[in-house]
Amino acid sequence: MNVPFHPERMTLDLLGFGVPARVIAIGWDALGATEANRLRHFGFDEGAKVELLHQGPFGRDPLAIRIGRMTVAIRRRHALAVQVQIEAR
Amino acid sequence: MNPFPLVAVVGSPNAGKSALFNALTGARQKVGNYPGVTVERKSGRLMLGDGRPAELVDLPGAYSLDAASPDEEVTRDVLLGEQQGERRPDALLIVLDSSNLDNHLRFALQLLDLGIPAVAALNMADLAKRDGLILDPAALSRALGIPVVETVAVRRRGVAELQQALDELLSAGRSAPSEPVASDLVHLQKRAREIATAAVVSETPVRRWTHRLDSVLLNPVAGPIILAMLMFVMFQAVFAWSETPVAWLEDGVAWLGTTASANLPDGLFRSLIADGIIGGVGAVITFLPQILILFFFILLLEGTGYMVRAAFLMDRLMHAVGLSGRAFIPLLSSFACAVPGIMATRTIEDPKDRLTTILIAPLMTCSARLPVYTLIIAAFIPERTVGPGIGLQGLVMFVLYIAGIAGALIVALVLRRGMLGGSGGGFMMELPKYQWPSLKDVAIGLWQRAEIFLKRAGTIILGTTIVLWALASVPQAGPGEKQSEVSIAGKIADGIEVVVRPIGFNHDIAIALLPAMAAREVAVSAIATVYAIDASNEDEAAERLEPRLARSWSLPTALAFLAWFVFAPQCISTIAVTRRETNSWRWPIFMVTYLFVLAYLAAGATYWLAVAAGLG
Repeated sequence: MNVPFHPERMTLDLLGFGVPARVIAIGWDALGATEANRLRHFGFDEGAKVELLHQGPFGRDPLAIRIGRMTVAIRRRHALAVQVQIEAR
Repeated sequence: MNPFPLVAVVGSPNAGKSALFNALTGARQKVGNYPGVTVERKSGRLMLGDGRPAELVDLPGAYSLDAASPDEEVTRDVLLGEQQGERRPDALLIVLDSSNLDNHLRFALQLLDLGIPAVAALNMADLAKRDGLILDPAALSRALGIPVVETVAVRRRGVAELQQALDELLSAGRSAPSEPVASDLVHLQKRAREIATAAVVSETPVRRWTHRLDSVLLNPVAGPIILAMLMFVMFQAVFAWSETPVAWLEDGVAWLGTTASANLPDGLFRSLIADGIIGGVGAVITFLPQILILFFFILLLEGTGYMVRAAFLMDRLMHAVGLSGRAFIPLLSSFACAVPGIMATRTIEDPKDRLTTILIAPLMTCSARLPVYTLIIAAFIPERTVGPGIGLQGLVMFVLYIAGIAGALIVALVLRRGMLGGSGGGFMMELPKYQWPSLKDVAIGLWQRAEIFLKRAGTIILGTTIVLWALASVPQAGPGEKQSEVSIAGKIADGIEVVVRPIGFNHDIAIALLPAMAAREVAVSAIATVYAIDASNEDEAAERLEPRLARSWSLPTALAFLAWFVFAPQCISTIAVTRRETNSWRWPIFMVTYLFVLAYLAAGATYWLAVAAGLG
């Protein structure tokens, strides 16, 4: 297998609470046009700093995520499209 | 042609735009609609230094010129000079959240590229300082090439300086820098980040207030409990606090009615003024205190930033029936009155989500149903306990509320599976920082709600009331005849009775259903009027309504009547606001039809089950 295993890389929904991470890729095609647009407006792009803060009480959905200086709520299925890499503390 | 310069207040959501707009214009605001769309247009006057006024318009919050909602489209079109009913602004007041510059500057850069002279307000400077962030407005001003003023709009700080900057801008006619900006979002974002970083003087990492509060308020266990408690307090307040002012209003309406009757000559005109206009419009005006109390809570919860958290907590549950967390607030408002509830759906971006929410809003038990429920329950349900601390009457009331909610959830599910199917817009919202709203902003918001409500009472409700009064008064009954049977309304009721007899309704109910189209609570006064007019002697006329009802209706009929009111769309205002908010007759007609069908089926099922169970 040529694909290296990266334990510090995952989709945003799998990130632990309070673990600082950076966005490395976003699967824009997996998102609808409106959702993709909204995510861009929130500042989601490669290199953006993210951190998982809270999750909803029912079905652990939606997620509250710190992106840059703002906190946003998105659903778990949209977080699936965001690839992140954990930052060294 | 308006000769005054037009200044547009523009910025991203949660930048404190409206508070700044309020601070600059005070309470002298005009609220209207842009033609053809249901987006609110708020404008006000700003006095310039030389005594010349300028018109300030508060544009809907947007993250960029790539519009994602009808609100954002209006903002874009106004800025491009393409919005019908609006001039292109002569100057921009760009509102920025000090603690979220890297995001808000992206939109600011896009705005500056339009070439309209601009001033920026570095707003909510206090919240940034609370988070340990010190900014340099002068550096930001140099980087953007426009004046930058630090403000705290909710505390009215920096407002005078901002006014002066606008003043200078408008008198100098200075043009914005024409440095071309890359239009794609990624490059704008990069440039925005550079400018934001350069404007930061110092940043001390502190544990943020908002984060600390959220760890309690969004806690999976404590969060929903706190939300439920808040809702309980709110409903308690809507009913408890309003008792006194409602009593005052009722006394006032009664006094007006008596005074009018005493001073006008007997006849049709007196009946129109006293019974028709004062009685009809007055009955609706008495709901104003409840609506204002509810809105007070909603404005407070919105101003502090908690409302979005409530939507966050409820999103998953709402998602189960195909709605989003954003629908929670409008549906909550609908427990007081569906009209403000339906107006509050404007914050829902996805059109299908929004439409579904509008269509189920009338199923939330609004306060106008309470008089009807209270009367029938008092007359027919015995006052006894069915368990520790549980009264039978209270239990029936609770079941009626639950029936409405259950009906709404089922209808939402069916709509989203059927005609309003397709993927929902999801749930993407910014969670703003917590802050105390200024009381003045809350007061201005309340005043605007009251104005909208009173305007409606003065137009639609007044109109319907006059028509219904006329139908009930003409032709006049001769000796030995009953007014309720001779009048046009009585004849119409004969027709209605044919349709509603299978579900156990009698002629009294058939008469009451017609005027209750204006507002549900009118059903109570209509039944009272029928009995008063038809009373054979004075003792009978003075008898209380409950024993009278208990004698003349069977229990299955009473239960069917209650079931009817859980679903029936008996409210002209709701139909009118649905027409306005959906911009077509198609959806209000659909709503009325499906609600009447549900009401008919529910009342019929209740009646026949009750008869089969031997209750009648």
